[in-house]
Amino acid sequence: MAKDLTQELKFRDPAKARALAEAMQRNLDAIGREVSVMHVCGSHEQAIARFGLRAVLPRQLQLIMGPGCPVCVTDGPEVDEAVALAGMGVHVCTYGDMLRLPGTSRSLADAQADGGKVHVVYSVDQAVELARAHPAEEVVFFASGFETTAVATAAAALAQPPKNFSILSVHKYVPAAMDLVAQSKQTKIEGFIAAGHAAIITGWAIFEPFAQKTNTPVVVAGFEPLDVLASIVKLTDLIRERKAEVFNAYPRCVTREGSQPAQRVLWKVFEARSGKWRGIAEVPEGNLDLRPEFAHLDARKRFRIDTGAVRDEAASGLEAECICGTIMMGLASPHDCTLFGKACVPESPVGACMVSSEGTCRIWHTYGGAPDLRGVGLPASSEG
Amino acid sequence: MCLGVPGKVLAIDGMVATVDFFGVKKELRLDIVDEPVTVGDYVLNHVGYAIRRIPPEEVQETLALFEQILDITGAREDLMAMDVQGEIAAGRAKA
Repeated sequence: MAKDLTQELKFRDPAKARALAEAMQRNLDAIGREVSVMHVCGSHEQAIARFGLRAVLPRQLQLIMGPGCPVCVTDGPEVDEAVALAGMGVHVCTYGDMLRLPGTSRSLADAQADGGKVHVVYSVDQAVELARAHPAEEVVFFASGFETTAVATAAAALAQPPKNFSILSVHKYVPAAMDLVAQSKQTKIEGFIAAGHAAIITGWAIFEPFAQKTNTPVVVAGFEPLDVLASIVKLTDLIRERKAEVFNAYPRCVTREGSQPAQRVLWKVFEARSGKWRGIAEVPEGNLDLRPEFAHLDARKRFRIDTGAVRDEAASGLEAECICGTIMMGLASPHDCTLFGKACVPESPVGACMVSSEGTCRIWHTYGGAPDLRGVGLPASSEG
Repeated sequence: MCLGVPGKVLAIDGMVATVDFFGVKKELRLDIVDEPVTVGDYVLNHVGYAIRRIPPEEVQETLALFEQILDITGAREDLMAMDVQGEIAAGRAKA
């Protein structure tokens, strides 16, 4: 039934949204206790916050954004490497949302202000072009993002880039983060909404071992408001029925197997290795590092990157108060942070979650910061 | 950086397609797309690479979705629209 529901959805029909909210409420009533579910995608949080979807959720349901923003989980020392490279006089190309991400003490924007050759690019290809245009100068691509973005980096690596082009990979791998959250003893997440676009690459079957191992259902969702609501209905169906299954609620984009050409390209160039995610922990298989065969493109091998001058291990007063990591683990919300909206704002972010348009704090700040409007304008429960 | 934006393929030269995104012509790489692409197809752009050929029966639905996102013209910063515009710009300007 839910499958038909997701397929007949037409984007933003309020009547359908209400019907979905009612279905959710019925499920929560049947479950009879509080339930927490997590999504792991900044685009989902944008849709949820922008359309105020938390307002229609049942009171017993907590919808939490997990570590679903690649910018936010890029670790400070990784940014330090890029800042140090800019300080060495090489060109550093970065996606725009990484520009203001603080390292342990400085960001690439700071490096740029100091005269560093930092360029914002929308595609790795622009970095390759820059390298072709300046054959005598070194160009490093600060390669960030989850597997969807890593595939593009991998394709560029395979397309015989010029010799003066190299890659500083801080790519992250989403399934590893879900493992981490599900296995954390502190969290009580009973279901996951998986990111639709990452799943275009990996396919939804990749979540099946996860669902079985952690006994937690997973629903793959698109980022339309009704996509998100329908996926939560399906997820609460599965929780009610105690089925730790994977359901694809985004069939217009995601297949079981995903994109085989993209996966081949990705794993030819990258391998999943353990790495530190900012504010969270060392994540087994959480980082995508260049394989040894691509050492000639690896900025970490090409340059002696000394981050000593730009590194500050002793966090400043403000950074010590930042709770981004706790927020990304689903243990706190931005409103629990003393800095949120005061000392930490998009213009001068303290924590990583305020930097990116996909970070929880930035999204909440932009869309009013108080998405928990349950009880306000709830026609479903008040009018029956 | 995480959104995919749909566009119509106007021409193909090897691994590079010229694609129309809501009136803006950009070049996209075809290295990693899931299925063979021909002129007239719609593809999803992610940071300058086509990541999916959109099945014809789903084209209208997908386009409508993005037109709605792009249509937001409020004075307030709209994060999703900004990301979509960034993704559109991710294709290279046609030389």
